[in-house]
Amino acid sequence: MRLAVIGAGAVGSSVVELASDYGHTVTAYADSRSATVDADGIDVAAAVERKQTDGLIGDEDPADAVGGPYDVLVEATPTTLGDAQPGFGHVETALQRDRHVVLANKGPVAERYADVWELERDSAGTVLFEATVGGAMPVLSTIDDFDPEHITAVRGVLNGTANFILSRMSAEGLGYEHVLAEAQDLGVAEADPTFDVDGTDAALKGVIVANVLSDDDTEYALEDADVEGIQDIEGSALELAAEDGRTVRLIAEVVTGEVRVGPRLVPEHAPLAPTGTRNIVQLETEHAGRLNISGRGAGGPETASAVLADVGRLPEL
Amino acid sequence: MSDSTDEVRSYTVRLELVDEPGALLNALEPIASNGGNLLSIFHERGNLTPRGHIPVEVDLEATPERFEGIVEALRGAGINVIQAGAERYSEAITVVLSGHLINTDLSDTVSRIQDATNATVTDLSLSAPEGTEDASSARIRLATEQDAAESVIDTVREVAGEKDLRVIEPLGTGGDP
Repeated sequence: MRLAVIGAGAVGSSVVELASDYGHTVTAYADSRSATVDADGIDVAAAVERKQTDGLIGDEDPADAVGGPYDVLVEATPTTLGDAQPGFGHVETALQRDRHVVLANKGPVAERYADVWELERDSAGTVLFEATVGGAMPVLSTIDDFDPEHITAVRGVLNGTANFILSRMSAEGLGYEHVLAEAQDLGVAEADPTFDVDGTDAALKGVIVANVLSDDDTEYALEDADVEGIQDIEGSALELAAEDGRTVRLIAEVVTGEVRVGPRLVPEHAPLAPTGTRNIVQLETEHAGRLNISGRGAGGPETASAVLADVGRLPEL
Repeated sequence: MSDSTDEVRSYTVRLELVDEPGALLNALEPIASNGGNLLSIFHERGNLTPRGHIPVEVDLEATPERFEGIVEALRGAGINVIQAGAERYSEAITVVLSGHLINTDLSDTVSRIQDATNATVTDLSLSAPEGTEDASSARIRLATEQDAAESVIDTVREVAGEKDLRVIEPLGTGGDP
């Protein structure tokens, strides 16, 4: 497949670098300011190096990439809330041009699921978004394989930063601020970790799962989720939980059309109490009991591998 | 009258014991000393409750009044009674509350939760590392009837909300090891 990769952060750049490994050709690559387009395949090494040295990918306009030669548009720009722009616009253009879309950006499917679906219905292209939930873990494709109708609940730890903070606080008896600062030093938490610690990131993933599970055309968006974060959680709360063989994890839960994210008490050695940045998703199936999927929920190459797995699932245009 | 208080009846009590020498003996002592007549003990060694304790089923005879004293004495001795007679405390819910627990009257918080529901507080641990003036946390275990867990948690949330306390709720299902 010929790929147009929009977004040059950790995920976008990893997709560009790994694409040939999966037998694909990158024909366009853009960030918010510049682009490089070549129907025969761009010079990946040159584009990556130029982005690092002078901050530009190439001499062309980002719109040339979105409107350029490709079979699949990979949308890997930062997640935005509300109208989900500019990511949504890229999806719209690609679908109107009857091209496939693979999303790493959560915005369009978390905030405008019905709009995306409507565009897809009128297009020869298909939209896939495995990478939006659980990074490298095959969560959405497993739900699809089992058929959403036979999944009764989905619960999981879907934010590695929050999980790192809670598991460190629990293991070391340290306070929230201390562990957050440590996480930032280690690069586990971003300089502005708001969306990770206030539950927004996990909630967006929960909302996407709710949209996939919805069997009556009910559309979910962030405002439909009940969200509580882990900011300023008391060390003494974790200590008391530990005394009783339990711990606290930021759990995203999707059951009977309700999306809920918040710190919850779970048994210390339960599957839903991973340590460090590890993520896990537990599917409650109608006929096959519980299914646990765990792995790396974030990271450039990890998320890019989910993007490329989606590309591999797409039919020829 | 069949519900006369001095009529001896048989009861089944389900207990959870910690796996320690003497735990069973400690559990039986309050039954004998409060006038219960032990009929049988079914000690399910090797079988563990979700909390890692050993379930024990005790059949005994006592008058309803004495039976109440036995259950109270068992709980007083720190033994977790999951079922006493027909009344079934089949759900144990643990929540952690954080915030200004002392300043907002912890015992009032607990009694309001108990009064508004059919739940009984069977265990309470408090941690106030910064002293009573600062934020502290409490772990509360509530025993309630089957299917009542949801409404008990709603009440906890409501009382905590009024007092500006943070509630960390248990994950209903899916958290089992």
